[in-house]
Amino acid sequence: MTPHAWLLLGLYLLVLLALVKPLGIYIADVMAGRPILALRLGGPVESVIYRLCGVRKDEEMGWLHYALAILLFNGLGALIVYALQRLQLWLPLNPQQLANVNSDSAFNTAISFATNTNWQGYAGESTMSYLTQMLALTVQNFLSAATGIVVVIALIRGFARHTAKSVGNAWVDLTRITLYVLLPLSLLFAVFLISQGVIQNVAAYQNVMTLENTPQTLAMGPVASQEAIKMIGTNGGGFFNANSAHPFENPTPLSNFFQMLSIFLIPGALCCTFGRMVGDIRQGWAVLAAMIILFVVMAVAAITFEQQGNPLFTTANVDQIASASQAGGNMEGKETRFGIADSGLFATITTAASCGAVIAMHDSFTPLGGMIPLVLMQLGEVVFGGVGSGLYGMLVFAIMAIFIAGLMIGRTPEYLGKKIEAFEMKMVSIAILVTPLLVLAGTAIAVMSADGRAGILNPGPHGFSEVLYAFSSAANNNGSAFAGLSANTPFYNVMLAVAMWFGRFAVMVPVLAMAGSLAAKKRIAASAGTMPTHGPLFVVLLLGTVLLVGLLNYVPALALGPVIEHLLLRAGH
Amino acid sequence: MKTLIRPAITLFILLTVITGLIYPLLVTGIGQAVFPAQAAGSLIQSDGKPIGSRLIGQHFADPKYFWGRPSATVPQPYNAAASGGSNLGPLNPALKDAVEGRVKALREADPSNTQPVPVDLVTTSASGLDPQISPAAAAYQAARVARVRGLTLDAVQTLVAQHTEDRQWGIFGEPRINVLELNLALDGARPKPQP
Repeated sequence: MTPHAWLLLGLYLLVLLALVKPLGIYIADVMAGRPILALRLGGPVESVIYRLCGVRKDEEMGWLHYALAILLFNGLGALIVYALQRLQLWLPLNPQQLANVNSDSAFNTAISFATNTNWQGYAGESTMSYLTQMLALTVQNFLSAATGIVVVIALIRGFARHTAKSVGNAWVDLTRITLYVLLPLSLLFAVFLISQGVIQNVAAYQNVMTLENTPQTLAMGPVASQEAIKMIGTNGGGFFNANSAHPFENPTPLSNFFQMLSIFLIPGALCCTFGRMVGDIRQGWAVLAAMIILFVVMAVAAITFEQQGNPLFTTANVDQIASASQAGGNMEGKETRFGIADSGLFATITTAASCGAVIAMHDSFTPLGGMIPLVLMQLGEVVFGGVGSGLYGMLVFAIMAIFIAGLMIGRTPEYLGKKIEAFEMKMVSIAILVTPLLVLAGTAIAVMSADGRAGILNPGPHGFSEVLYAFSSAANNNGSAFAGLSANTPFYNVMLAVAMWFGRFAVMVPVLAMAGSLAAKKRIAASAGTMPTHGPLFVVLLLGTVLLVGLLNYVPALALGPVIEHLLLRAGH
Repeated sequence: MKTLIRPAITLFILLTVITGLIYPLLVTGIGQAVFPAQAAGSLIQSDGKPIGSRLIGQHFADPKYFWGRPSATVPQPYNAAASGGSNLGPLNPALKDAVEGRVKALREADPSNTQPVPVDLVTTSASGLDPQISPAAAAYQAARVARVRGLTLDAVQTLVAQHTEDRQWGIFGEPRINVLELNLALDGARPKPQP
């Protein structure tokens, strides 16, 4: 790492840490319905919404009702995204007359955006009308993010309450997180992005004659409004095919820094929300500390590997050494304005969180540099993770860690005053095992079938990595890709849609079940035998559990892909 | 279950209108009012006609211009209606061949230059639309451009220096040069008088 890269990473963490506590406390206040200024201002709008929906805001739901509400709401979202894509040619705001999207691609995209994955088999500028981008995709950017957040809030209520039958009102929670958190943050961020050069219009594509007298068509669109929530909601689906590498999505290094910040902003803040709601902010800091440690290690590794460059280029007399006049390193698939430090840092952030936006093409990373995003997804998207889903994923691992510690000393495990019993451990097991199952089974089926192998671009072990990356990304709801894989085929559209749907909801439902069961329990007072869960010992235990589960699941698959490729590259093949 | 259907549908419609219509149109309105040039794509006009965007790179193959990053867009390079990278893996023989081919093309355009080629000049960008090159990539090409245009090397280097942007706020991103703007400035520069 260059000194500049260290400085960038340090500044990033500093600004992030300064923002998470105030935002975390604000989210806790919003979700508790405390009469803070925002809620007093938005009160009338909220009341109208509840009246039209026939909802009484004080009437709470048990976990099963809450889960059904979430499934219904997201299922409806997927349906509408599908319909708008299939009908876009006949609807307004389609100046390029883009055709209706075919059925398997529309199905994949509908599931993708409803599950906060935002995997994209299509290329935005040649596929989606402005109306589809706004009314289907931007909406799901908001609503899938809101869904993730309200589910973790329900789980936290499970810890915070005792002998309670309910975990909250899903409709009220969804409304409040959208109106008071996601919308204002997005509005601010969108205007900032325009100031940097992100476009925001509904004009037809602009035709120009270039300096060398060839025609060039500049794709246009309402980009800034979607870009803002794409990052804040850890969605990651680009308006354009090149995602945040496209200069109209991410024009300057400053816009890039704020895009990186906005990815971790809410996942980081929710740790403080958690601490606040369970009445001990240190509990939140402990979880955040575990996330930051893993993140820093991964970021340093990714930047270091990319800065080393491609040994095959040196024989061609190419200069890859970093200096004052160039970033150097492996610049294939990277932008000049971002260079190596920003590209490596962004790749780590976007896959630590389940964002999936990219400013560099991960497929062209060095073997080990590309393994970092892959591993971060495979750890289950718990290093910050998706908004809400990252924290509930990490809390699932926390329960697992406490269970293991309890077994070692022969005591009934307890977390935050709640006994961890057989039901919770069953739910934890489902939540932890469902994604590795989807990833490994999906990858195996794909590489054994002709349809699966047909999509591979790069020869050798890298081709296997492309498939493994696709299923890791889909099942963990990340959405980034080793984009050489031609995934817009009926085979991949259906396989990956299945992975995305179950990777999302087969984790979410057990988490809500656990929320219900925890809420119903009595609170037991801490005793001398209680393991403290706010100190370094717990952080180490949590890290160990995350790494152990992740590595045990994926080491053989990683050995077949990036590890072999690295050895081949070193040998100069 | 029945008690859930009405709120699910109604809330979905209301939040769709708020986040999918009101919000993007509000942002569009603010953009038009406060940053109209950026919102429309930072277009560069020449004689009243748009000749490009300062954010979107253009393809340069004429030796009198500075060349930008190689572009992997299809069917032609710098296709701003179909962004994307090459996605070639580091071990892919096609990548090595492509890089060697680009080194050769640069050498043929300027046989006297035997320095190592800066990596950004022979690798494709992520978007295929990268508007910028590194100062090293500009320095590598300065002598060629000066010779073809009949300008002094000093004059070209001065223009390059004028168009070099430092890291934003001293820390973000990398030093870089906007290729289209530099080439426009070159076209405006006067050749040295012939002896």
